[in-house]
Amino acid sequence: MQIYLPIAEMPVDALVILLLGTGVGFLSGLFGVGGGFLMTPFLIFLGIPPAVAVGTQANQLVAASVSGVLAHWRRGNVDVKLGIVMLIGGALGSVVGVQLFALLKRLGQVDVAISLSYVFFLGTVGSLMLIESGRALLQRRATRPGQRKLHQHTLLHRLPFKTRFPRSRLYISALLPALIGFVGGLLVAIMGIGGGFLLVPAMIYLLGMPATLVAGTSLFQIIATTAIATFLHAVTNHTVDVVLGALLIAGGVIGAQFGTRLSMLLRGEQIRALLAALVVLVAVKLGLDLVLTPNTPYVVQTVAPGS
Amino acid sequence: MTRALLVLILLLVTAPMARAQQLVADLSSHLVAITTGFTGADLVLFGAIDAPGDLVVIVRGPPSEVVIRRKERTVGLWLNRSAVTFKDVPGFYEVASSKPLAEIASAEQRARYGIGTDQLRFETSKKREELFVAPYRAALIAARQQSGLFPAEPRQTQFLGPRLFRTTIAFPANVPTGLYQVEVLLFNNGAVVSAQSTPLVVSRIGFSAEIFSFSQQHAATYAACALAFAVAAGWAAAAAFRKG
Repeated sequence: MQIYLPIAEMPVDALVILLLGTGVGFLSGLFGVGGGFLMTPFLIFLGIPPAVAVGTQANQLVAASVSGVLAHWRRGNVDVKLGIVMLIGGALGSVVGVQLFALLKRLGQVDVAISLSYVFFLGTVGSLMLIESGRALLQRRATRPGQRKLHQHTLLHRLPFKTRFPRSRLYISALLPALIGFVGGLLVAIMGIGGGFLLVPAMIYLLGMPATLVAGTSLFQIIATTAIATFLHAVTNHTVDVVLGALLIAGGVIGAQFGTRLSMLLRGEQIRALLAALVVLVAVKLGLDLVLTPNTPYVVQTVAPGS
Repeated sequence: MTRALLVLILLLVTAPMARAQQLVADLSSHLVAITTGFTGADLVLFGAIDAPGDLVVIVRGPPSEVVIRRKERTVGLWLNRSAVTFKDVPGFYEVASSKPLAEIASAEQRARYGIGTDQLRFETSKKREELFVAPYRAALIAARQQSGLFPAEPRQTQFLGPRLFRTTIAFPANVPTGLYQVEVLLFNNGAVVSAQSTPLVVSRIGFSAEIFSFSQQHAATYAACALAFAVAAGWAAAAAFRKG
């Protein structure tokens, strides 16, 4: 069924968009990531202008994360205190990110900068996770409690503003989760993604949070950063398409529920291994696009439509 | 704009020469309405000529500025290196003619009136060598042809008897909105003897139009509505699945 998108100015097959929303929503519920790093390239591939893809995507992420958080909330898997600290960092990050985006745009290298940062972040985070979770899967028989070293004192633990986060059983500097949130906020503004693929591993490895709390808490703060991003995109660029958004949301919220169900059945390291494999795949794909000779070296960009 | 002016001047100059008007043409409709179910539209251009000759119909969409960037391999990576900005690139461009274009007019004439994608020249924002610009322009036209906005195959203008003619103009589903110009040129022995220009509006109608104007005029409210809908949908899904 063809539906005309009023902001993107093009028709799409409603069924394709619904399915795309469901698929990405499923991953979002399963891994606690927004899934934007998959959705944005897909929308652009379908011919939707990149700016509209990024803006609308942020709107869809709000719905998916609300749905996901509520499902995690019922199971008590959200650390609200830690989430709020990350959220403060995230809000700052998205404001700074908007400025950074404008700067990159002036330099004319936005797409390359985005691709490079995708490859860098996805590549490093993905392979580190893949190694770690692979190791954990192999050592499955070893009993879990001894696995995590609670008192491995590194430089990160010497930062000021030490705070207790009873839900996660952590006593760490509040700067650390705020900084992680800040980076997440930057990514939301620049790439239109929730940044969950980066937040989730950072929360597991840098903060040492219990794996069960990670997905819910990361989604909790993604709600706020994506809401800010949606608002900024709609007000400054007019690039949020509600018709496209509604289709993505309808699929996304349902997918997220199923994803959350499945995440209850899998063990932490299994989920991490799956997410890592997915992240590495996307990184490899984007990396190849940067290195391999493209079909055409020319990129067409319409600046001011209808003057 | 300059082209429309040119046509106007041309009309003023040629009109007195032709004792009666040699060319009359009109569209079946001057509005292409984009509704929620829009999947493209066909318009019929019809008219009559009072003198022998060949017809060329040119449809041009609203102009916009287009930047073409060229990637080059730099330290192993394909980075954007140089760019050309074209001004006044039509958002849609289609040609229909009663005979193959090369048989109607010389390349020089076709370039003058912008007939055929191979004769299109767009103004660049900076003064550039033609040799440098040409591949960028070719890439732009190829991209537009691929998206169906510059249909590559010229359409046929049919003659119904010696004087009446008609041609169908097909607008794909992704046509940009705005003011279009439909230009009809009557050629005789390779020169334009009569011309007419007709405006055409492509516009969103109904639901699409309301959403678009709402998003432009009340951006903050629009954003708030989009967010409220997202939160409500997320909450509703979570609630529905709790019971299920």
